[in-house]
Amino acid sequence: MRETFTKGMARNIYYGGGVFFLLVLIGLTADTVTRISTTDNRENITEQVSAGKRLWEINDCVGCHSLLGEGAYFAPELANVYTRFGKSTEAIKGFIKSRPKDGIPGRRSMPQFNFTEEELEALAQFLKYVDGIKTARNWPPNIQG
Amino acid sequence: MKYESQSIAKMYFIAAIGLFIGQILFGAIMGMQYVSGDFLFPEIPFNVARMVHTNLLIVWLLFGFMGSAYYLVPEESGRELYAPWLAKLMFWIFLAAGVLTILGYLLVPYATLAEITMNDLLPTMGREFLEQPTIAKIGIVIVVLAFLYNIGMTILTGRKTVITLVLLTGLVGLAVFFLFAFYVPDNLVLDKYFWWFVVHLWVEGVWELIMASLLAYVLIKVTGVDREVVEKWLYIIIAMALISGLIGTGHHFFWIGAPDYWQWLGSVFSAIEPIPFVMMTLFAFNVVKNRRREHPNKVAVLWALGTAVMALLGAGVWGFLHTLAPVNYYTHGTQLTAAHGHMAFFGAYVMVVLTMISYSMPIMRGKKAANVNAQKLETLSFWLMTISMSFITVFLTIAGFIQVYWQRYIDNPLPFMVVQDKIETVYWLREISGLVFLLGLIIYVYSFFAKGEDVVEVVKDNAVTS
Repeated sequence: MRETFTKGMARNIYYGGGVFFLLVLIGLTADTVTRISTTDNRENITEQVSAGKRLWEINDCVGCHSLLGEGAYFAPELANVYTRFGKSTEAIKGFIKSRPKDGIPGRRSMPQFNFTEEELEALAQFLKYVDGIKTARNWPPNIQG
Repeated sequence: MKYESQSIAKMYFIAAIGLFIGQILFGAIMGMQYVSGDFLFPEIPFNVARMVHTNLLIVWLLFGFMGSAYYLVPEESGRELYAPWLAKLMFWIFLAAGVLTILGYLLVPYATLAEITMNDLLPTMGREFLEQPTIAKIGIVIVVLAFLYNIGMTILTGRKTVITLVLLTGLVGLAVFFLFAFYVPDNLVLDKYFWWFVVHLWVEGVWELIMASLLAYVLIKVTGVDREVVEKWLYIIIAMALISGLIGTGHHFFWIGAPDYWQWLGSVFSAIEPIPFVMMTLFAFNVVKNRRREHPNKVAVLWALGTAVMALLGAGVWGFLHTLAPVNYYTHGTQLTAAHGHMAFFGAYVMVVLTMISYSMPIMRGKKAANVNAQKLETLSFWLMTISMSFITVFLTIAGFIQVYWQRYIDNPLPFMVVQDKIETVYWLREISGLVFLLGLIIYVYSFFAKGEDVVEVVKDNAVTS
């Protein structure tokens, strides 16, 4: 780099730019946190949904599935599984319940988690809540996720 | 080696390489599960293998960063490490916490691990990359704080250089942003939004500061180029990293229920995220071209140049490929993300740690550079790992395009598993590439034990030593 551009200038761009954009990020975050109340489907976060989210977490579902596109890509997207399964929590519960303990020869298979009826309902309600989050352009692009 | 306490880095680097081997073995298992779905099922389900694969990566990179800091900070600061005993103690605590966490994933069902570790008291488990039990996360915080104290005191009571100050800023950022790992709200949109404050602001933010400072340090050492020149580059590179990367976080906010303006902000700012990597590549090749010495450690120079190029390809090019919102609408959550993730992590962070190891390990073992045979083997492992990782990336990219076409683009999109079956051949090719990578890694490890003649040093400039 030429001598007209000094180390001091580079340092100032670093400190100035770093601090400025960090502040911008904080400002935008404050704005985002206020605005998402209209999209995040918070009115449907019941105790059951919270319990379902905890089950989603402690069974590491995101280690195979994606949820709103984030997670692993080994198993289907689940943010719209409620719609895909005909808006039926029963269908979701039925699928989870029916997984064979020893898998399917040669195929990927979801493990059998031996959930109780109550746990199945909580998980299904959680997935129904996620389906109700209003994403930009209604992502995922289609019913297949 | 100027200071005795620098040698603490050695144990950190050995642990890092050990965990690296584990990471790749589990990567190979997952690659197998992609083509043969019931491989090791139900003993090691995919999600368990994935946690082991990704968590080992994070832990060994942290070992690598810490080892690098313990090596370079005393030398840069012109004094012994503030508390060598603390660095050794933290090594064992971190290793124990890391190994126990991995064993926990493998030996008991994840839900049982959550129960044993009392996740209910402060639930933080079950989010991607942050799957560690809460107690292990607290352990990470303690280790990182002790590390920062040790490194910070060494820097602040010694000579302050641009390299150590930038490194310290990066490490402080690493610690601060990790705290978001403890915030897990029931509201999924908020959960996802702040989860990125750990993940994005680490790998596309403060880790770039750490990476750039490590690279700058090694380049000064192996090229003898004037510190003033390197420091100017360093400042401007990390300035661009933060200017683009902070608001660039927005490229993760497109489809999670956040406001629409993120599609513009995220697209525009992340589109300039490749710039620091372009500059890093120019910088590395420039200083090597204008080098004032022929360092006998040729392979360390190769790693340094490789880091810059592969980071540019993996983080810069492959990141840009799917970062614009209209493109990301189709590609989000497909194998394209995996393609980018693999090459970016390898190119930027794996390679920079291997660069540091390559430069410092011979010195800690009492030589300026490894012997001729060892360097040949290490060079071979460099090419095997780099090329096989490039193939992994290309195959995952093809897989991503196939997925986008059949599952997202056509008029009557096909179900996920139907599309996965169409990708089987490509997944096989990816797995084969992964096995070549493993071979490269085995040769890499073997190179540390290879015997041979010492490298004869060619003196180009007699003004500089070590």
